[in-house]
Amino acid sequence: MPVGEALRVSFQMIRVNKLRAFFTVLGTVMGVTFLIAVITLITGMDSYMKEDFAGKVYGFNSVMLRRRPSVTMTDDPELRRMWRRRQPLTFEDAEWLGERMETPGIISISSDRGGKVSGPSGRTLESVRISGASASFFTARDMGVEAGRVFSEQEAARGVPVVIIGKDVADKLFDVGSPLGQTVRVQGFPYRVVGVLEKQGSLFGMSMDNVVIAPAKSRVNGYVNPHNVVDEITFKVSDASLVPRAMAEMEGWMRIRHRLHPGDPNDFELETASESMAFWNKIATYLMLALPLLVGISLVVGAVVIMNIMLVAVSERTREIGLRKSLGARRRDILAQFMIEAGTLSGAGGVLGIGIGIALATLVSSISPLPARVSMLSIVLSIFLGVGVGLAAGVYPAYRASRLDPIEALRSE
Amino acid sequence: MSAAREVVIEARGLQKHYQLGAETVRALRGVDLEIRRNEYVAIMGPSGSGKSTFMNLIGCLDSPTTGEFILNGHPVAGMSDDELARVRNREIGFVFQTFNLLPRSSALENVELPLVYAGVGKKERRERAVAALQAVELGNRMDHRPNELSGGQRQRVAIARALVNTPSIILADEPTGNLDSRTSEEIMALFARLHGQGQTIIMVTHEPDIAAHAERVVTLRDGTIHSDRRQTPAPVVARPARVEEEAEAALSGT
Repeated sequence: MPVGEALRVSFQMIRVNKLRAFFTVLGTVMGVTFLIAVITLITGMDSYMKEDFAGKVYGFNSVMLRRRPSVTMTDDPELRRMWRRRQPLTFEDAEWLGERMETPGIISISSDRGGKVSGPSGRTLESVRISGASASFFTARDMGVEAGRVFSEQEAARGVPVVIIGKDVADKLFDVGSPLGQTVRVQGFPYRVVGVLEKQGSLFGMSMDNVVIAPAKSRVNGYVNPHNVVDEITFKVSDASLVPRAMAEMEGWMRIRHRLHPGDPNDFELETASESMAFWNKIATYLMLALPLLVGISLVVGAVVIMNIMLVAVSERTREIGLRKSLGARRRDILAQFMIEAGTLSGAGGVLGIGIGIALATLVSSISPLPARVSMLSIVLSIFLGVGVGLAAGVYPAYRASRLDPIEALRSE
Repeated sequence: MSAAREVVIEARGLQKHYQLGAETVRALRGVDLEIRRNEYVAIMGPSGSGKSTFMNLIGCLDSPTTGEFILNGHPVAGMSDDELARVRNREIGFVFQTFNLLPRSSALENVELPLVYAGVGKKERRERAVAALQAVELGNRMDHRPNELSGGQRQRVAIARALVNTPSIILADEPTGNLDSRTSEEIMALFARLHGQGQTIIMVTHEPDIAAHAERVVTLRDGTIHSDRRQTPAPVVARPARVEEEAEAALSGT
């Protein structure tokens, strides 16, 4: 089988008539572009959700206890009323749980609310995330400081007015000199800066560094939450395998704590990183289901165009086919030649589509918070699809070519 | 003509009928012919004489309705398309009136083509194609495309292509039909040389001047052989100055 010859002729045809080749495979290019762009964005989202989002929102290997879910998509007022009727979580709940948990781990608390922070120069930042946390919070969230220190257990217990500030806050309030030891006002209350957080990056375009973290029992807590109330109690275990055990245990203790009868629903929420992943996975699944349909339409249209152009090519090159037959090409040689031509053409369209798709996804991710990550699988899939569409579209024209009578074909002009 | 020479082509009672609507056209009505190795035969005849049909049968592009046709020991009648393709590839070197070179391929690639279908490996293919081009004195034009060659050079590339797979016959269909008389003489000189080297040549032509170069002339009329005579080949006019032609080719765009 002269595959080399067929490939040589195929590339020659593309080279000689680039524009026609391009229009011939436009359907393939578009289908593959779309496929690559969407998969690249979904893959980007996916790895982002797994590697960044879950860790930033929940911390790794952590179970989060809340009065209401942290991420909600509902606007059912009934559900919102129900959440509001639940009893809030308190400092005592955290201590009580901490004394009873048998699964090894670290318990921490945190609450937050947006508010104002002003620096010694008088400059004020609006809507900074103000967090009240326990000293263990930093360990539970894997947060480190780039300068200074985090606050201690003692400071947290006594509510000493010390604060750890995020990178953005540090940069904006302190142009020159170290913020350490300086006083900032958090919602009007004076706090001494003891540490600057390491850069946390951003989440869907929102900076995670626009934050200040103070001991939960310090004065600003009165602004963040009603007296004694906390938003989240987080229990961090050392290994992912311990997460389900910790979750079950917390659920059991909290049901006892809230005196729930068997059969009563929980009046609190327990969340882990995998919960949020389940939510994202559902979205990704819908996208992945819609994708083949859209890509399929482009590719079917593409195949029809390729088939027509190949039929034109066969009739244009009838004489060449006759010549090849007279020189000893068998039916299957001619069949293979035109199939390979269609496959090569469409495959080249696929490669072009991969390039455009990646460029498109990169563009989208650079002007929007959506992340992009190229998936190797989608590239392999695209090449197979591209070549496959060409082969499928080439079958009929190639069959027609292979059946030509060499005498008639040689006589044609 | 020595009787010891083996028979390359043997036709017995060859008939070919075509169905044209309700009518049956009897293009060949029983042709008997024997051609031996190293013969140089011209096939002549007016249009409608069955000359083209006979050529298609000799070229194994078609198979007869009835009768026997044996090409170098292969009984061609009743062969499948693919078997015919194989015989064409191995036994026949076609030379066409319009050269039939692939326009976008170099001379070398054109000459390699029969070897591609013979399944010859790349390296050997190249070597044999180079040798064939050198044999037609085009060793210095191997990378040129047909549109960069003169008519005579194109036909020489086509002849190299016909020779490359060492066929048992060269089958030329009006090989000088598209060439001026000076270039025609040049091609005839090449044929004479190939014949001298032992090649069997069958040439279909309607020009008596061209047929005069053959040593045997078979004339067809109304689907049968009208005459079959041997002659002393006309001497080829001395080759015109090649310099002239080279210059012309160079000007036509190299």
